[in-house]
Amino acid sequence: MKILVCLSNVPDTTSKINFTDGDTKFDTNGVQFVINPNDEFGLTRAMWFKEKQGATVHVATVGEASTEPTIRKALAIGADEAIRINAVPSDGFFVAEQLAEIVKSGAYDLVIAGRESIDYNGGMVPGILATLLGMNFVNTCISLEIEGNNATVTREIDGGKEKLTTTLPLVIGGQKGLVAESDLRIPNMRGIMMARQKKLNVVEPVSSNNVTADVKFEKPAPKGKVTLVDAENIDELINLLHNEAKVI
Amino acid sequence: MSVLVYTESENGKFKKNAHEVASYAYEVAKQLGTTAIALSINATDVEGLGEFGISKVLNVSNDCLKTFNAKAFANVIGQAAETESAKVIILSSSADTKFLAPILTAQLKAGYVPNVVSAPESTSPFKVKRTVFSNKGFASTEISSEIKIIGVSNNAFGSAENKTTVAVESFDPNIGEDSFTTKSLEIDKVVGKATIADADIVVSGGRGLKGPENWGMIEELAEVLGAATACSKPVSDLGWRPHGEHVGQTGKPVASNLYIAIGISGAIQHLAGVSSSKVKVVINTDPEAPFFKAADYGVVGDAFEVVPKLIEKLKEFKAQNA
Repeated sequence: MKILVCLSNVPDTTSKINFTDGDTKFDTNGVQFVINPNDEFGLTRAMWFKEKQGATVHVATVGEASTEPTIRKALAIGADEAIRINAVPSDGFFVAEQLAEIVKSGAYDLVIAGRESIDYNGGMVPGILATLLGMNFVNTCISLEIEGNNATVTREIDGGKEKLTTTLPLVIGGQKGLVAESDLRIPNMRGIMMARQKKLNVVEPVSSNNVTADVKFEKPAPKGKVTLVDAENIDELINLLHNEAKVI
Repeated sequence: MSVLVYTESENGKFKKNAHEVASYAYEVAKQLGTTAIALSINATDVEGLGEFGISKVLNVSNDCLKTFNAKAFANVIGQAAETESAKVIILSSSADTKFLAPILTAQLKAGYVPNVVSAPESTSPFKVKRTVFSNKGFASTEISSEIKIIGVSNNAFGSAENKTTVAVESFDPNIGEDSFTTKSLEIDKVVGKATIADADIVVSGGRGLKGPENWGMIEELAEVLGAATACSKPVSDLGWRPHGEHVGQTGKPVASNLYIAIGISGAIQHLAGVSSSKVKVVINTDPEAPFFKAADYGVVGDAFEVVPKLIEKLKEFKAQNA
């Protein structure tokens, strides 16, 4: 089985978000970049398929050279090879079209991507990719088992979960649950050394037009001061929620 | 040219978000000088959509579509858009709709913008405001494709009544076997309880509750309020509560009217995930907990004393206001 894990290079979850250039760009100053958490759960699941079922695991990112430390981390965790499509990931459709080229030429059986990246939250790349290539697709996956050509997948739904069956070739929009948080791997020294020897192929993007563009950003309005209620005076809290906030 | 909205239903009944997306579609149609048309799949009471500005309903009644299937539903929406020459399609932010949206996007070569929080800022160019960086910011996003798909955030635009005469037309889409290459085996879903996605009130517990055995009072408080229960990331990672309850940046977003955080200090990732909630209440022993800076109302105190009191007082309040 040949697996491609799609990685997004995103600000660490603890990052404070600021904008620059007249609020037209995300300010990367002082921001630590990591593998998108939803993708990392998928990468870790792919490692399981590699170790238990002999799968080959490649990773792909659409990004400029500055994303290479994130890609190297995936190699240090255990991916066999990496591909970087040398372009700014300017919108979801564009990214999906770039990845579609890689999946087509690499004849992958399974593509694991995150359900969304935590920066622009588009949540569309895996679904567009699957549809462009006529592959099966399951979103918000919290478990994935493959046997031969058959896949059993559980996806999260509002208020519960749904178990599905489908076949390869398959694209997954993954999230926490594919593996547990405690299964995530921190690269060890041997992995980091080995990652340096692994192939990181840089390819140029195919031509594609953007259909969306973020033209301006803003930060949420600052929050007003909290109204403190004495722990001995819960009636007052109920009064405020009922008469002032009107939420109960 | 018209605006098409997919109004989602479950067991024949429209979901809560159906009225919100219908209201949104009416607003967009008004801005574009056209009408809003709804697509309904296996729902009854479709005339009710007229209350929210819908002037026509394409009514699909088909047993093959009893269980949600993303590809099949995307195909049906695509056919409805084509029939009505719709250039703008309005969707919700439910798990099912976010599943079908990218399929529809690829089929129609559309520009899709999810997590939209308000009416379009302009229609030429077509520009909408959405959340980015997991609610830590907003972006104004232009859509340049011929067909535009907008995913409306839960509980952001709200429902607006606009009484309209509604025409119901039955719609018979072409549904091929090839849509069903993914099959549902089993659905495990809480029935009769509010879910984090559509609850008006969410009650959430953190590590301050010390252990899963103490969740009884969280569940009781939620029951009194008709609320959904949720938890912080450490609580789900420790296995105290199921992953489906984890709210925050890497869990579920919360956009309820009221969010009550109990024993949650308020890490930046958690605050981002719940920031779309309209009113936030925090109960925590530590007055320095970051959540107090993000909350509207706060109680500094021990959850094990405050919560039982709150439950008791709320029961009295509910009895008086019943």
